[in-house]
Amino acid sequence: MRHLQQAVAKIDGLALVKGVPAYTSDLDLNNNVLVVKLLRSPHASALIRSIDVAAARALPGVECVLTHEDVPQTAFTLAGQSYPEPSPYDRRVLDRRLRYVGDEVAIVAAVDEASATRALALIRVDYQVLTPVLDPASALDNAELVHPESVHTNFEIGCDPSRNIAAAHAVEQGDVEAELAASPVVLEQTYHTQAQAHCMMETYRATTSLDVHGRLQVMTSTQVPYHVRRHLSRILDIPRNRIKVLKPRVGGGFGGKQTASVEIFPALVTMKTGKPARLVYSRPEAFSSTTTRHAMALTVRLGADRDGSLRAIDIHCLSDTGAYGEHAPTVFWVVGQKTLPLYARARACRYHGHAVYTNKTPGGALRGYGATQGTFALESALNELADQLGMDPAELRLKNLITPGDSHPVLSGSLPGEPARLASSTLDRCITRGCELIGWEEHYPRVQLSDTRVRGYGMAVTMQGSGIARIDTASVLLKLNEDGFFTLSHSASDMGQGSDTVINQVAAEVLEVELEQIVSSSFDLDTLPYDPGAYASSGAYVTGNAALRAAEDMKAQMRAAVARLWSLADGARVDYADGIFSGEDGQTMSLAELAQTLCSFEGMDQLVGKGTFGGETSPPPFIAGFAEVEVDLETGECVVSDYVAVVDCGTVLNRNLARIQVEGGVVMGIGLGLYEEVRHNSKGRLMTDSFMEYNLPSRLDIHDIRVVFEESVEPTGPFGAKSIGEVVCNTPAPAIAQAIANAVNAVNAVNVADVGNLPRLYFRELPITPEKVLLATLGADAAD
Amino acid sequence: MELETTINGRRVSLTFANGEFLAETLRRYGYLSVKRGCNTGSCGLCTVWLDQRPVLSCATLTARVAEHQITTIEALQEEAEAFGRYMVAQGAEQCGFCSPGFVMTVLAMKRELSNPTPEEISHYLAGNLCRCSGYKGQMRAIQEFMEVE
Repeated sequence: MRHLQQAVAKIDGLALVKGVPAYTSDLDLNNNVLVVKLLRSPHASALIRSIDVAAARALPGVECVLTHEDVPQTAFTLAGQSYPEPSPYDRRVLDRRLRYVGDEVAIVAAVDEASATRALALIRVDYQVLTPVLDPASALDNAELVHPESVHTNFEIGCDPSRNIAAAHAVEQGDVEAELAASPVVLEQTYHTQAQAHCMMETYRATTSLDVHGRLQVMTSTQVPYHVRRHLSRILDIPRNRIKVLKPRVGGGFGGKQTASVEIFPALVTMKTGKPARLVYSRPEAFSSTTTRHAMALTVRLGADRDGSLRAIDIHCLSDTGAYGEHAPTVFWVVGQKTLPLYARARACRYHGHAVYTNKTPGGALRGYGATQGTFALESALNELADQLGMDPAELRLKNLITPGDSHPVLSGSLPGEPARLASSTLDRCITRGCELIGWEEHYPRVQLSDTRVRGYGMAVTMQGSGIARIDTASVLLKLNEDGFFTLSHSASDMGQGSDTVINQVAAEVLEVELEQIVSSSFDLDTLPYDPGAYASSGAYVTGNAALRAAEDMKAQMRAAVARLWSLADGARVDYADGIFSGEDGQTMSLAELAQTLCSFEGMDQLVGKGTFGGETSPPPFIAGFAEVEVDLETGECVVSDYVAVVDCGTVLNRNLARIQVEGGVVMGIGLGLYEEVRHNSKGRLMTDSFMEYNLPSRLDIHDIRVVFEESVEPTGPFGAKSIGEVVCNTPAPAIAQAIANAVNAVNAVNVADVGNLPRLYFRELPITPEKVLLATLGADAAD
Repeated sequence: MELETTINGRRVSLTFANGEFLAETLRRYGYLSVKRGCNTGSCGLCTVWLDQRPVLSCATLTARVAEHQITTIEALQEEAEAFGRYMVAQGAEQCGFCSPGFVMTVLAMKRELSNPTPEEISHYLAGNLCRCSGYKGQMRAIQEFMEVE
């Protein structure tokens, strides 16, 4: 192929590396912009008895101070999802009730930062402090309620705020209890995944102003510009046609910017004052007052025959959605949706449980979106089952995997009675190849390096999706310009992953032109066709498919235009190759000639190609991940010395961008496995609100990562492609947990005579810190 | 407050608030390559050179830069592009927000170290965080740029 399956540099890459102004805070320069700051709740649960803003309002330079008495009381969700959003409408701009430490109390806008900061200090609030609900395990039916009022939902999601339930869900195939009862081998364990922070380097920010037509202009670092406009329209009660959204380069998102955490505040200030306003979150605010990955407790029950054939998989999930339910139902669903179909050979499966409200930083979308948590639980359980069966975990998986042609009722895109069918997978080959690369045969389960250092080995497999089946639908417009270059417009909302580049590659491949001949337009929503945005791993697959269709439409239109200009009879052939049109009688016309003619009096036709795509299915990409973890038995320190990820993302559209996505995702997964944790104290205050406290992996923590692609061809994908963005962070945590268990269980085998009687150690709670490893091994020693 | 200093080879006079840090001053004067990611001196995004040495401009008081030489990536466009070509060939810039500070540290390292080992490179750059790339692609780009094995 001309452009695809190549290592193509990102079209904006060199400019970004050279520091060209490109992000929201670089482009919003206006000497008169008001600085917006937010007063935040110091209490995890409280009611505002009274609030006195007189002194703050009187401060010179202060333009605007808004409390819950001054703002619309419409209920809404900030989740960036297609309407009708599944997330509950449980938020207001400002509320009398404060539901976590960091919840917004008041909005201040002033001529400069110092004045705004001083004004915050002058606001007097009388809080009635309430007992917070902090532990998700005791949230259900707790006497204290996070949302004592009723909560609107667009459809049934099992939301019951009177029981602190944000969402509930159950899906079952076959008779799980009967299969478990009939299984000769049964395993039941509970796994805990922690809240994780996105830590995109550019914090949340938005700048608003009124444009020359009096429209509210919102420039924002977002993954979901169309959803942001819809939310603002609803919350501020102004029609969407009065809102202009601009999306510049975005300094990372990872799902965080799929929730509209900041835009409403400066927008309100601009609507109240008529003046431009800017809100930039500090790093502590980005940590405390946006969203995190949902912490979950997952109880897995597996039933199997002695030969390793799975009979039943049962996953019960308790998800902690914190103070608000952004993405609470959908993240919850995805836990089961992106795990159960992996093992289609199981006769029965079930996924059930609920997401509960607590008085903490809200949960939200984060790369992996529930699949990450579900993968940790299910894959850890599979690894334990392999131990119980005395079976190689790779073999156990190969025996039970879904294969192309299989259908599964939980696969995304299934309808009642019509389970979706898997069209492409090389996961079996991914496992085999990964075993070869990591040296599974030779090394598994462990290699003793010295008396105090052991290498353990572990694995996990995973799937995700490509877009949201039967819902999210994207469009691409392709305009032929007057000298034969094209403008490709879309709103896939590149946040650094490179969708602008990959979508251009797809169109250039179809149009048989150089990449430079297509310019990307993805900034100003007024000029862009509809796209839900950058989430659910949809860029390459959903918008890529739309680009493919737009380019084909353009090619057909160009051929027809040439036929018209040549006055050919109906049905006469016009061929196109590499920018040249040719007719049956030997006539030729270049793309540039055609373009020039069409924009002139002679041709009089502006060509615009269009393509729209929404998937009936959400083809899963797959990964088999293998971890080699070196454990220091004296300190409990674990280092991932080697990681092998073998990936089936269909056709690899862009070799370097796909590889980097995998490497970055694996490191995010290593962070989840070993380092990162959002922690609150006993009063609900976030203890990890800086990079000093929150342990983000640095380059010193990262060693070998090897990425290999086992390409499949997805028949519904653009040139056979599936997604890559999210699936990449799912395997490290369970693979690492198994590797560590394998490493430290060697200790016990050395330390005691009777290995058979010793309970094996497992690590079922993330992150697996040195303390946990050491305590576990010491505890095991103490027990004998 | 006011002071005179040299930014990117040009004499400039800066007006700034008491207690203001250099990152803020530089951005206010239009050196928009300078990014801020943490304000605790932990992320490396705001790295500029002070007398040819990389410093965190978010932790450097503007009052202390009088009569010094400040360099931002705006003055090193050719070198940044030379290294940047290796970066984009790996796709390792991704969102790009950490890139200017990272590149400033890499270019300083190239002046300071010859034929560094991967460990030396990682230690030199340990203060430059990146959430997108996973660091490995950056390492490959650096090794190609530094012409080390």
